[in-house]
Amino acid sequence: MKYYRAHVLICSGSNCMIKGCRNIRHTLEQELVHHGLQWEVKVVDTGCLGLCEQGPSLIVYPEGVMYGRLATGDIREIVTEHLLKGRLVHRLMQQPTSPTGEVAPLSLTPFFQKQKRIVLKNCGLIDPERLEDYVQTGGYTALATVLDTMTPERVITELKESGLRGRGGAGFSTGKKWELTRAARGEPKYLICNADEGEPGTFKDRLILEGDPHLIIEGMAIGGYATGATQGLVYIRGEYELSIRRMERAIRQARENGLLGKNILGSTYSFDIEVCAGAGAYVCGEETALIESIEGNRGEPRFKPPYPAEKGLWGKPTSVNNVETLANVPAIMEKGAPWYRSLGTPNSPGTKVFTLTGNVVNSGLIEVPMGITLREVIYEIGGGIPNGRQFKMAQTGGTSGGCLAAVHLDIPMDYDSLQSHGSSLGSGALLVMDDSHCIVDLTRCFLKFFVHESCGQCTPCREGTPALYELVDKISRGEASEVALALINRLSRTLQNSSLCALGQTAPVPVLSALRHFWPEIEAHFGGRCPANKCVMGKAVGKSAN
Amino acid sequence: MSEHAAHRREKIRPFVSQAGGLLKALHALQDASPEHFLAPCDLKLVADVFDVPVAKVWGTATFYSLYSTTPRGRYIIRVCESAPCYVVGAMDILKTLEEKLHIKPGQTTDDGRFTLEVASCLGVCGVAPALMVDMHVHGNLTPDKLVSILDNYV
Repeated sequence: MKYYRAHVLICSGSNCMIKGCRNIRHTLEQELVHHGLQWEVKVVDTGCLGLCEQGPSLIVYPEGVMYGRLATGDIREIVTEHLLKGRLVHRLMQQPTSPTGEVAPLSLTPFFQKQKRIVLKNCGLIDPERLEDYVQTGGYTALATVLDTMTPERVITELKESGLRGRGGAGFSTGKKWELTRAARGEPKYLICNADEGEPGTFKDRLILEGDPHLIIEGMAIGGYATGATQGLVYIRGEYELSIRRMERAIRQARENGLLGKNILGSTYSFDIEVCAGAGAYVCGEETALIESIEGNRGEPRFKPPYPAEKGLWGKPTSVNNVETLANVPAIMEKGAPWYRSLGTPNSPGTKVFTLTGNVVNSGLIEVPMGITLREVIYEIGGGIPNGRQFKMAQTGGTSGGCLAAVHLDIPMDYDSLQSHGSSLGSGALLVMDDSHCIVDLTRCFLKFFVHESCGQCTPCREGTPALYELVDKISRGEASEVALALINRLSRTLQNSSLCALGQTAPVPVLSALRHFWPEIEAHFGGRCPANKCVMGKAVGKSAN
Repeated sequence: MSEHAAHRREKIRPFVSQAGGLLKALHALQDASPEHFLAPCDLKLVADVFDVPVAKVWGTATFYSLYSTTPRGRYIIRVCESAPCYVVGAMDILKTLEEKLHIKPGQTTDDGRFTLEVASCLGVCGVAPALMVDMHVHGNLTPDKLVSILDNYV
């Protein structure tokens, strides 16, 4: 095995790719060759490190120095100064140094200090295209342990005891779901990884798949063993080209090494995985719509019950689990339910991956223990609100979640607390908005999304979402009276009570949370005034966001 | 049957036995179409190979936003207008594109170069506002940046 003097880890997640990390790598390799360092310094493409705002970025090990906001012109200096002479390039560094010149470890910087990485433990540290890298970090140990020492029932019990809840939004007990699938009659059984991530503001599943695809394979293989499924499917959004490519590659590697296919790791257990690409429909994130889509149909949700655990893909017992949920499984099997329960809150154990977007200094990908407050996430990890503006609101759970105001900054972020404040944890999207925004204008934007994404199958959602949009649009134009309120409330109740799936049931959430937490601002619109000066009174189309 | 039709038939046949095969077949035929759309003959072919009614294939093809049943330009621009992009100026991006290309969302430029579409979240909110040209994502957009981006697609 060849040893290197230094490793340069380049973040190659989608967000950094867009910011030009390929050019950074290309220039770096050229410079290394130019200085004869190519045999001493190894360049590794990794998954997302999380600090998307500071991309493109790289970390030089063994020092653990991170350089960010790089342009290709900066690379020569890093090579000649840091890699050749051992002198840090302070102007590009993202972490402080002590007066004696010691570098503060990245893990102690504000962005990382409060994070607890289980799902993202390898993201930004290993090359996601190499099985060896995953195995070196202890990958597939959990699967081996499960196959060697645990019965499927034991796996399910452990998972139930861990309290792991579905990370796609609904928060159903994963252990329970697997138990129901195992108990259901019918062969073959299926395990589907739901990577049809469509909730606006969410890009965690994409970055997990890109950054550590073998972790998902391992989680799915354990899931197949527990549920009795022999076939696994990963349904990935059609737009996520890199995720699809990396996942397909990882599956091939796993098959070639006896980690998928017949008699996994010499056991009697057989399980394989296929990738399906979506074709652009938010509703397909709903598990029964996703199943319809795999069957080649319009992605219209089914009536429930029967739930997929009983009658899923091709009418057979199927467990549908979110990417992040499955990514938690290997660690739980390895370290045990009590360890997992020691993190987070009693009703929401473990960690949660959030995607931080909007008006916040450090937008990006983070993983924190459940129960952390909004204030800690926005001000400590997120670095606060940029451009000298004030925090106004944050929408948790994506567009189907509610908006919380400044008074809610200290509530713990977990399934139950957020729900009791009219919002939800959802998929982990966290959209931060400063005081330049208007709640009515934004609510209209949220509703427009639902109008577009309603699949049209059930009447309450198909007719209700445009009607709700019209009402809010009228308010934004200053043409509504308080009569509209009663209509909004009644229509919202109808949608919540009678829509077939969660899309229609949650579409009113942003509207209702706006009414609950931002009433004075909405009321001002009835008098023809938009306090944030965003809405154009008496004009059919709202003016642009800036 | 023409050689071309036979070739297309063979191309989608392996998908019949695969999970999500019908979607894969539609993706394959659309990708092969110079005008980036599914023509009636494509839908009939899929119906025939998969042994399902044309109506079902039509229903599937028109349900998903990545498929089109009308001809489109050489490059397809999809502008995200979901909330995370909206709060950092997506509407300015869309407006600038409409002005530069002289088209509205859903339309194609006269020279057949671009089709403009609006899209729900593209999942790259870390670099909002964002758009995709075909499968290439561009982020941290400003109206000024658009010119140099469009110049890459001729």
